[in-house]
Amino acid sequence: MSDLRELYQEVILDHNRRPRNFRAMEGANRHAEGYNPLCGDRLSLYLKVEDGVIKDASFQGSGCAISKASASMMTDSVKGKTLGEARGMFEQFHQMVTGNADPLAHPERLGKLAVFEGVRNYPARVKCASLAWHTLRSAVDAKDEVVSTEAE
Amino acid sequence: MTSIASIAARPQVGFNVRRIREDFPILRQTVHGKPLVYLDNAATTQKPRAVLDALMAYYSEDNANVHRGVHLLSERATQAFEDARATVQRFINAASTREIVFTRNATEGINLVAQTFGRTRLGPGDEVVISAMEHHSNIVPWQMVCEEKGASLRVIPITDEGALQLEEYERLLGPHTRLVSIVHLSNVLGTINPVQQMIATAHRRGVPVLIDGSQAAHHMTVDVQALDADFYVFTGHKLYGPTGIGVLYGKERLLEEMPPYQGGGDMIKSVTFEKTTYNALPYKFEAGTPNIAGAIGLAAAVDYVTGIGMDRISAHERELLAYGTAALSGVPGLTLIGTAAEKSSVLSFVMDGVHPHDIGTVVDQEGVAIRTGHHCAQPLMQRLGIPATARASLALYNTREEIDVLVAALHKVRELFT
Repeated sequence: MSDLRELYQEVILDHNRRPRNFRAMEGANRHAEGYNPLCGDRLSLYLKVEDGVIKDASFQGSGCAISKASASMMTDSVKGKTLGEARGMFEQFHQMVTGNADPLAHPERLGKLAVFEGVRNYPARVKCASLAWHTLRSAVDAKDEVVSTEAE
Repeated sequence: MTSIASIAARPQVGFNVRRIREDFPILRQTVHGKPLVYLDNAATTQKPRAVLDALMAYYSEDNANVHRGVHLLSERATQAFEDARATVQRFINAASTREIVFTRNATEGINLVAQTFGRTRLGPGDEVVISAMEHHSNIVPWQMVCEEKGASLRVIPITDEGALQLEEYERLLGPHTRLVSIVHLSNVLGTINPVQQMIATAHRRGVPVLIDGSQAAHHMTVDVQALDADFYVFTGHKLYGPTGIGVLYGKERLLEEMPPYQGGGDMIKSVTFEKTTYNALPYKFEAGTPNIAGAIGLAAAVDYVTGIGMDRISAHERELLAYGTAALSGVPGLTLIGTAAEKSSVLSFVMDGVHPHDIGTVVDQEGVAIRTGHHCAQPLMQRLGIPATARASLALYNTREEIDVLVAALHKVRELFT
């Protein structure tokens, strides 16, 4: 079980049990849908953006522990960030879970999100962790389409 | 053949699963430091040494192209390829080898029928009847041809337990029904559909029937003449054979009427720039160099299972399914999906508060390979109101001890997530 705890860290299990910002949003001005065909995960992401800053973020949907915790922690962490900063976080998160960057090199950039580092050792689960982030990028770029992680 | 005969002569001999496991080299390994427990057999089965040896022997000794060389190797390859066809013919009790078409897989078999039989028989307003428990491979090919021809799909509903609603099926068969295409054994629910009865029902109305036997051919005896199936498809790799080889059985009369599927070499009798004469059955449907090694490997797999005896395999798997059903039912918070009276070899389930994908990852760490997801049956998932299931699926080499390992792993899942 010790290996599994690397993936399913206590913080992740906690966000899975009690996801934060798990609601539809009144007055959202950005919205995107994410879909992971492999496991059937679906995610609706809502953002309230004012003057280029994400004032509020929330999500709804169904998914595995990794995807739900990822969406929960992501919505927490992008509040107050500019759209440019959110794009940068997407890049860093994506590099971390695909094993292309060491999160410890710049611990300040991802902060708590570094708990998802263990995902890199589970290639089949990278899609789960990155679904929320792909959906965020779509919402930030204001593309009106369903994001799929199939090509990941 | 002596070994097969001697086994057949001892019908009451116990099923020695330990000995059978020794035939499968891949099962000897450990994964994540634990002995491999392979329970993803509905996706693909592992291969016995006899199949691996047949592939090796073919490529080491006989490899040549078939049906055209005058040299010895080509004669041997052709003989082995056509012997494989005869082995398959006997296996499903087809009337003739002309009725056995080699394909890449079951999917290609269905596409072949859709694009030849379907395209010539379907017109505006016509209907194809399928069921709510079909794999995408028995939905999409029909949607494609229906869209082209202005025809439509009608879907037999299922009960909450996962059985077909046969009275609805009878109601769906109407003056515009041109074909029924249904799965023999559901890859998600394990339900065995009463296909013999359903074929008889369709035939009373003059409607031909295709049976998708992908999950059935390695779990039960299939007799296409007794079923009176018009078409029957299955794939080699689920029957302990190689990937890339499948079988389409079709009644000779129907295959004769159908236009070719693909054009090319081997499917022709003569070609001029003005006109081509097509080859006889089954070659009309086998354009290009076929998967010769695959067919030979499939025949070795058929010999392997018939050597053990399909009835004994079925009995072993039935006993395991009953054991597994009871064992899984004892896991708190676990719900079995698919509890039809007639079922085989598949244990689909969900667990309260745990997504199937997480179940799959945790049990994998314990050495247990299962499948999670929608199992290429998204409409069925919608009908059941769930996004996905976890699925343990059985084969002839599985044991009660392996079910116990799965159950222990599922308790760890609960520990982690609750």
